[in-house]
Amino acid sequence: MLEMIKRAKELLSDNSVDRVIGWKRDESGFNPEISVFRTAEELELFVYDGFCSANMSKMLINETKKEGKVLAFLKPCDTYSMNQLLCEHRIDREKLYIIGVGCKGKLDQRKFASLKIKGILSVSGAGFDDKNEIVAFKTVYGERKVPYKELMLERCAVCKGKEHRIFDEIIGESEETAFEERFAQIESIERMSPEERYKFFRSELSKCIRCNACRNACPACSCRKCVFDSNNFDSSQKANVDSFEEKMFHIIRSFHVSGRCTDCGECSRVCPQGIPLHLFNRKFIKDINDFYGEYQAGETSDARGPLVSFETDDPEPYDNKGRA
Amino acid sequence: MYKFSKNDIDSLLKRICISQDVFVPVRNADKVNYALYNENSAVDLETLKTVKSGKDLFFPQSETLYTCRKDGKKISVEPQKLRDSRFVVFGMKACDVAGVEILDRVFLSEPVDTFYKARRDHGTIVSLVCSNPDSSCFCNAFEIDNTMPHGDVVLTQVGEDYYWETKSEKGDALTEEVRELLLPCEDDSAVKAEREKIKEINSMLPNMNISLKNWGEDENLEIFSSKNWEGLSSSCLACGTCTFVCPTCQCYDIKDYDTGHGIQRYRCWDSCMYSDFTMMAHGNNRTTQMQRYRQRFMHKLVYFPTNNNGVFSCVGCGRCVDLCPSGLNILKVIKKWEEK
Repeated sequence: MLEMIKRAKELLSDNSVDRVIGWKRDESGFNPEISVFRTAEELELFVYDGFCSANMSKMLINETKKEGKVLAFLKPCDTYSMNQLLCEHRIDREKLYIIGVGCKGKLDQRKFASLKIKGILSVSGAGFDDKNEIVAFKTVYGERKVPYKELMLERCAVCKGKEHRIFDEIIGESEETAFEERFAQIESIERMSPEERYKFFRSELSKCIRCNACRNACPACSCRKCVFDSNNFDSSQKANVDSFEEKMFHIIRSFHVSGRCTDCGECSRVCPQGIPLHLFNRKFIKDINDFYGEYQAGETSDARGPLVSFETDDPEPYDNKGRA
Repeated sequence: MYKFSKNDIDSLLKRICISQDVFVPVRNADKVNYALYNENSAVDLETLKTVKSGKDLFFPQSETLYTCRKDGKKISVEPQKLRDSRFVVFGMKACDVAGVEILDRVFLSEPVDTFYKARRDHGTIVSLVCSNPDSSCFCNAFEIDNTMPHGDVVLTQVGEDYYWETKSEKGDALTEEVRELLLPCEDDSAVKAEREKIKEINSMLPNMNISLKNWGEDENLEIFSSKNWEGLSSSCLACGTCTFVCPTCQCYDIKDYDTGHGIQRYRCWDSCMYSDFTMMAHGNNRTTQMQRYRQRFMHKLVYFPTNNNGVFSCVGCGRCVDLCPSGLNILKVIKKWEEK
């Protein structure tokens, strides 16, 4: 982590970059925020540890619209989102200096509640230079030790790999953290009967409060104005007026990002109700793979995805009744 | 005072159900939220914080205000029926009850919100002493006592028992209904000891007694003009999570839904984090996310106390602290003004 701060200071002082976007330490020790640093002094609060899970590629859409060059620290999975945004001309590469940073899996502080970790006074073992095997908590209710893996985000269980797909330089080692089959959850849902599947999604989506956190955090949701923010809609973008709308919002959104979603998992990470929204997107990825051959959005910054390119031998996956 | 065993919770809720609806924290798809109780409900009184606060039992996320029907050239207007049956909200923590009292200041002052008032009049709150507060809790800073919540009936869990204390006429009425399931109990020493134990935990929690000395009425609006806001809001995603899980956020929007044969006028929660919040014909009076972000905290910590004898419109439940996707929160805002 110190090396990251040192490089940031160097790049600031020789005017290679105007500002740095990274994570800022907070008192709790597990709730860092994405922040813009302009001076060496501000960088004293810079942190990079297991809790720096937010994918900051989306933030760079706005940040690179401003004057001057930005230094961004991207984790391997963030670089997929960055490439996809570059493909879609949402970000000006010239205004960006990318340092790929190592990642050994990121942690989900929302797992604290289900693991009954409460009243935290301090955390150790989650630092970037730590071994990241055990996270230890000092709490007002006593000490707790939890395997690092158990606290990791779902996205890390199906990690896409330790390679940075775009970078100017790299700091730190990465580890591949995958221990689950990427499409295992999807396959088990596919095996459900339509009734079971409906029940499963109803139960999950009925929790939705339409806070729009999934949309606003999603790097693929980069429309300047979202269709759901239209004031000409009869129904509101702020509330699920009926149960149809709960489903409609998420299903339309996943259709819209299909072929462009890199499976970064931000939607599920940010959902206050813990809805596994990534399942919709991952189902589309699986289907696209089946129909058009394996494709991973964001592997390069100049790819044409299967849904925006045409080959004469493209399959016609729908029968004449319009069904898959 | 009365008591009943933890194992009798279901019988108690079933008994109340005979005469009225009961809303209780229920676990569904791994999250706990208030829901209408039925015998299949997975009641969860152990989880410290429901995701949503329970304010929507008095102020729902969306509700119809009236319906217009068009029949040829005739238009009829049907007013919305107000809540006219009793209900119980079971298991609210001190912060959430205090949140309802903040809503009272808004909706029960002139002009009275009849929809809200009907629910308040018919609702009985059974509150629950908070036995295991978390590091994001800071209700004590607002003089809210998590060991002695307000409410019509106050429950305290000690081991395998719940102690039942009646605090109002509504509480008396509810006690009458379930009296056969309660054991009279004169000895309140267990409850007192439990409260002391919780107070000791409170004293160790990092944010429980956070200082608010820089906040409150601010005639000069020095805080408003501070340069701090730019940095504090820089990673705000403009989602509405903080406002929708907040027990005191009370802003709403009014919209029309085209039913095909008329309109349904409804209101729904709004969020000052959204770009179309308070949008008017001339546009929007807050054009940047910094301004929207500042508005939320100025409202809770400056404007509201200015208009309400110093009462803050934050109750320190800490939900926004736990749930902000970007790690921003009101604690960071409050503490920013401690730095000099």
